Amino acid sequence: MLPRKQRYQDRIQILQGTLDMLILQTLQWAPRHGYALSKAIRANSGEIIRVDTGSLYPALHRLERKGWIAAEWKASEQGPRLRVYRLTKAGRRQLIPQRSRWQRLTAAIAGILNPANARSET
Amino acid sequence: MSWAFWRRARRNDELEEEIRAHLTLAEREAVESGGTPTDARSAARREFGNVNLVEEATRDSWGGRWLSDLLQDLRIGARMLRRNPGFSLLAVLCLTLGIGANAAVFSWIEGVLLRPYPLVTHQDRMAAIVGTVRGADRDEMSWLDFQDLEKRSTLAESFIAEKITGATLSIGDRAETAIGSVVSANYFSALGLHLALGRGFEPRENVGRNAHPVAVISYQFWQERFHGDPAIIGKTQMLNRVPHTIVGVAPEGFYGTFVGYSWQFWVPMSMQETFDYAGSYKLEDRGARWIEGFVMAKPGVNRAQLQQELSAIAARMETEYPDTNRGRGVQLFPLWETPFNGAGLLGPTLGVALCVVVFVLLIACANVGNLLLVRAFSRRHEMTVRLALGAGRGRLFRQVLTEGLILSALAAGGGLVVAWWCRNLLPRLIPPRSAPLRLVGELDWRVFVITALVCVFSTLLFALVPALRSGKADITGALRAESSGVVGGGRKAWFRSGLVVVQVSLSFLLLVGAGLVLQSLHRLRSASPGFSTDRVVATAFRFSAMGYDAARAKNFEDDLLARVQALPGVESASYSRTVPFSLLGFSSAAVAVDGYQAPRDQQPAAEYSEVSPGYFQTMGIPLVSGRDFLRSDDENAPPVAIVNEVMVERYWRGADPVGRRLQVSGKWLQVVGVAKLSKYRSFMEPPQAFFYVPLRQNFGMLASLEVRTAAPPQTLSPLLGREIRALDQNMPVYEAISLREVVNRSMAAPQVAVMLLTVFGSLALTLAAIGLYAVMSCAVSQGTRELGLRMALGARASDLLRLVVSQGLALTAGGVLLGAAAAFGLTRLLGYLLYLVSPRDPFAFAASSAVMAVVALGATILPAWRATRIDPVRALQS
Repeated sequence: MLPRKQRYQDRIQILQGTLDMLILQTLQWAPRHGYALSKAIRANSGEIIRVDTGSLYPALHRLERKGWIAAEWKASEQGPRLRVYRLTKAGRRQLIPQRSRWQRLTAAIAGILNPANARSET
Repeated sequence: MSWAFWRRARRNDELEEEIRAHLTLAEREAVESGGTPTDARSAARREFGNVNLVEEATRDSWGGRWLSDLLQDLRIGARMLRRNPGFSLLAVLCLTLGIGANAAVFSWIEGVLLRPYPLVTHQDRMAAIVGTVRGADRDEMSWLDFQDLEKRSTLAESFIAEKITGATLSIGDRAETAIGSVVSANYFSALGLHLALGRGFEPRENVGRNAHPVAVISYQFWQERFHGDPAIIGKTQMLNRVPHTIVGVAPEGFYGTFVGYSWQFWVPMSMQETFDYAGSYKLEDRGARWIEGFVMAKPGVNRAQLQQELSAIAARMETEYPDTNRGRGVQLFPLWETPFNGAGLLGPTLGVALCVVVFVLLIACANVGNLLLVRAFSRRHEMTVRLALGAGRGRLFRQVLTEGLILSALAAGGGLVVAWWCRNLLPRLIPPRSAPLRLVGELDWRVFVITALVCVFSTLLFALVPALRSGKADITGALRAESSGVVGGGRKAWFRSGLVVVQVSLSFLLLVGAGLVLQSLHRLRSASPGFSTDRVVATAFRFSAMGYDAARAKNFEDDLLARVQALPGVESASYSRTVPFSLLGFSSAAVAVDGYQAPRDQQPAAEYSEVSPGYFQTMGIPLVSGRDFLRSDDENAPPVAIVNEVMVERYWRGADPVGRRLQVSGKWLQVVGVAKLSKYRSFMEPPQAFFYVPLRQNFGMLASLEVRTAAPPQTLSPLLGREIRALDQNMPVYEAISLREVVNRSMAAPQVAVMLLTVFGSLALTLAAIGLYAVMSCAVSQGTRELGLRMALGARASDLLRLVVSQGLALTAGGVLLGAAAAFGLTRLLGYLLYLVSPRDPFAFAASSAVMAVVALGATILPAWRATRIDPVRALQS
């Protein structure tokens, strides 16, 4: 039995990992700034996933610190300067294990939610 | 740090810009999809969420958060302290006293005990070395033994021999005295000193009887006496009537290697005879022990290893030179226990001082802790609001600790200033002597580090509990009306009362300590050492320093005695080598008695003094049997001795020894009398075996003149000076002081202890009184409602007064009981200072309780009076 605090942190890590993967996945096709990124995630998920800005920006800065994405300021037409993030080589390398981990996780969850299916698959 | 700070500030700006851009884009899109600009803006904001929170969360992901938190805590802390200047000032003041007292004592310990010799490198590897005598005390060492140790030791880097000496300094036709040292030639190089001018001594200057009259002078001496003459090297200076060539000037800031005095000159070992007090040549005599020295261990060798090696060498020398070295060994001491200078004298007293200032610090911390708790009560609202707005409890905890740290950091700064002021305070606590004392506190990085540690430690002491409580602020509880009573109170009141009890007990402990040493000093002042003190005046002569030979010295003594005895008011006068209680000390010799069998491997020894006829009468020491020395007991008569009562008990089992024989250093003497026991070195000494021999049969070139007078001693001094100068214009006249003064000067340690305990004891008492006052005031102001209710129900003013005062006195009584229990165990540590006073002396305990009760009454009476002025109507409405 883990102490309560540690279990709580595990939960956070899974959620963080998920958001990180979504960001990396979305940046795979083109560099984007924060607002465009949140719109893209929402659109690509069929308006289901709305990324909270309170999670998005910390995640972006954290990934930047890890060196998985890089940021640079770009001027926009008739608008404010924008901070545009792009995937780095290290980030691209991360994408594959992140995806496979996610797939294992979804399979596992699906197995829990639908035990019959899971058994028939194996 | 500032670089990180600016980078962080820039990133903050960028983050704000990034989020502004996000909002602008969202807003623009909302307008494009057909909203009004106002609606679009608020929609974008709503969508985005709390901008501050997002920024905060993002900043968290940057890392290095603690730094910005710390800066923020410091800013908030400073603001809070500025907002309550009264509180801050009081807290910083209390802590400054506590930390300052500690820093001062640390600096004394550093400067006097741990690293007493400025500029000397590797003082941590330096140890004092003294000779030991089996079955007796320690002794000095002979030059031959010292050299043998140096030759045979493999673990020591160097041996430094020295002997403090006074010298007569002739400048023109004036004779003055200077203080210096005879040292081995390696002195300056072994200590790692670079001379300001000229050179140190060379190895050849160790050898040859009086062959190398050269001297190194101190920087100060060079400045004062020679006005910093740059061409001083090669000039000559008369020292003890011998012209010495000045070959070097010691570096500025080096004062020699004797805790207590600063030296003006150094001469090499070969000049020993010229500077010997009694004018005897000792360099080739293994039995002549006179050296005090230091050993510098090789790097990585500890004192125990070195001691082991030196003891083994000394044991071999015992068998090689049985005549002189039987039962002799050597012992190393750390510098702070050096037995032959001021370190050994002040060490235990500074230890007591350290305990005392730690107590003062604890009391100050309890006070500040109390103040913080009072303030925590009034800041409940602030804390609750911050908690409600989402501040982490850990963060609040840190905030309160940071505020405490600001307080104690300010106080540590102030404390170091206090220590700087107190640097030169020690000599002022000690009765004055003929030469100025040098006992200077040292404020080096070690003292700074320790002070910083004290600062952190005290912060934890006084701020930890308030900080822990801050996180416990109860959001819902704060909304409810909370009132605490005078009686009972909550857990908080209980804790604060506990603090006061601790304060009272600590200051009670200090009071008892102060009471004990005061009483002891009083007893010492009025105690009789076994000889007359008030009507006897003494002065000294150093004939060897004046180039006298024995015959001339004897003539001088006879002539002067005749003149002195003719002075008005003089009852009797006599000579001796030295007087009791003087720093010079007596000689010691091996003794043997017919029919007395000493334990194997032990050498019975006793101290003795060389005295002239009339000494016992002048000193007021009764002879219990036999006769005094006579003028006829001179060089040509058979040698005689007078022994004291302890010797009679020990060697003759109480039988009257008059007419029996006493062997002293192999020579037989006839016992002619028995003198009453007196004190010889200090009041604290146990009864000592002691004997006297006639001065004429054991003549030395050092003499002390004692004069018993019916007139006030002060009037005698100028008359003595006139008579001395009439006989020899050049003879330096040392001050003539009463024996009472000589005795008082020997009481430096108890005097310092009394001063420190009195000063710090009253400081502690004041702090404890403030603490008690604060707690009682707070209890009254927080219990206004209850007091009002009692009043409304018919309590009279006198009842309320009694209620509050009895509360205060109950706390005090608790503290006194606790303190008394602690004092019962702890005052034993003062034992070495206590003369005829028990560490559990009931009078000291009773007097301290009385003082404590009076102070406590004073501290509670004002809050109590305020309680009686409460308006019941207003109190109940509030």
